[in-house]
Amino acid sequence: METILKIEGLSKHFLLHDQTKLIPSCANVDLSVNAGQLTALVGPTGAGKSSVLKCVYRTYLPSGGRILYRDGSGHSIDLAQASEHQMLQLRHAEIGFVTQFLHCLPRKSALDVVAEPLLTRGENREVAQGKARELLALLRVPERLWAVPPATFSGGEKQRVNLARGLIARPRLLLLDEPTASLDPATTDRVVELLQAIKREGVAMLAIFHHPDLVRRLGDRVIELAPPVAVTDLLETCAS
Amino acid sequence: MKKILEVRNLTKIHGRGCPQCIDSTGPEADTNICPHCGSVVAAYGVSFDLHAGEILGIMGESGSGKSTVVKTLYFDDAPSAGEAIVFDEARQWNLFALNAAEQRWLRNHRLGMVYQNPHLGLNFNVSAGGNIAERLLMSDLAHYGEIRERARRLLARTEVLPERMDESPKKFSGGMQQRVQIAKALATQPPLLYLDEVTTGLDLSVQARILDLILEIQQELNTAMIVVTHDLGVIRLLAGRTIVMKYGRIIESGLTDQILEDPQHAYTQRLVASAL
Repeated sequence: METILKIEGLSKHFLLHDQTKLIPSCANVDLSVNAGQLTALVGPTGAGKSSVLKCVYRTYLPSGGRILYRDGSGHSIDLAQASEHQMLQLRHAEIGFVTQFLHCLPRKSALDVVAEPLLTRGENREVAQGKARELLALLRVPERLWAVPPATFSGGEKQRVNLARGLIARPRLLLLDEPTASLDPATTDRVVELLQAIKREGVAMLAIFHHPDLVRRLGDRVIELAPPVAVTDLLETCAS
Repeated sequence: MKKILEVRNLTKIHGRGCPQCIDSTGPEADTNICPHCGSVVAAYGVSFDLHAGEILGIMGESGSGKSTVVKTLYFDDAPSAGEAIVFDEARQWNLFALNAAEQRWLRNHRLGMVYQNPHLGLNFNVSAGGNIAERLLMSDLAHYGEIRERARRLLARTEVLPERMDESPKKFSGGMQQRVQIAKALATQPPLLYLDEVTTGLDLSVQARILDLILEIQQELNTAMIVVTHDLGVIRLLAGRTIVMKYGRIIESGLTDQILEDPQHAYTQRLVASAL
């Protein structure tokens, strides 16, 4: 089976200049994700699970290690070193990210928010909106909300809009950060079915789930992260 | 993705300059005024690329040199050193090697600018429609009816009521004046547009609609843009990549979400931490 993502020795720490502190977030992470499979990241809060996803998406600059991604044309790219334009291109065409929170224009309808990734890929408006309707219905977002900007939605409704938006363009690699955290059991089941269907289509997924049950139902591999060592105070380190 | 603009080592020094200017200014020196000769180093060694259809943010406080960069790239100000090349279809324009006539041609046809101060971008002695007609005339369109129709369409696109196209922009609100400026800048469908603090000082609701308009235009026309602002919200909303400037230098650049969530430089960390 084709390996889409292989992470070797990834570490991330934050250097806070004003407080002269080095805050470690994750260290020595090794994992791989195959096409059509889901690798689940588990571990206690603060173990750096989200940081791993953000490093892959390059919202965080990795501090060390390699993030080898095999793109649609078969080339291997180290995302830790990729140029900004390369990253933008990959985000646009191949790598999707669904977080717990919905970041979008406050004045766009839910339908447009969901359809947008297809529109930016040059799909025509009718087709994009048609697919958006399909997904919103599948995720049980009430139809009366489709024309409304999601700003006023409940947490669970926002999350479903967010999922629909992340899934609509069928990325090659999908990063999921607790995508079902505020959903009821019935809707969660829908999401699980949807993710299983997408796996069968060959999408590779790296995911964090709130619930162990979801890891069991969806995970093909499980990677356990431990919290990294404590914060280093740079001034104290220098003094001693 | 196609490169549309390449800027290398752009430098602008106001004043006579001296050999110590560069070493005595910048973020480390905590000033942009040379203590030896009093010259202002507005920008030094600024390099970046811009791709077609991309929005690049230039962020910094006043005096950081962010406006200087776009001013030199629009020929409002001559640089002291450096190179900038615009890649336009099959042609290449080496901006700072062009003569005045060539610069004027490029400015009128292939570049657009929207200023913070509408007085800089608009002629207040002619009507809103006239402002757009002026730009269309400079770009070789000569048929009166056609010009008027184009101006009407552009104003309608930027949500200025067509029945007001014969009024002077003097009578317009700040937000409307910015819309007329945007319509004027877009009149020749330039592949490259500069936006210098275009929403600064406007009411929040007006700001939001102008930003929406800018995004819509970018999606419809695939116009590459440089957005100069001190407002993190504007950067977050519009720019895919961001450059952070201080005292005339680029101190950090990266993907916008990375600059905002994982800033590397002490100054950027402070800037992001102080955002509302």
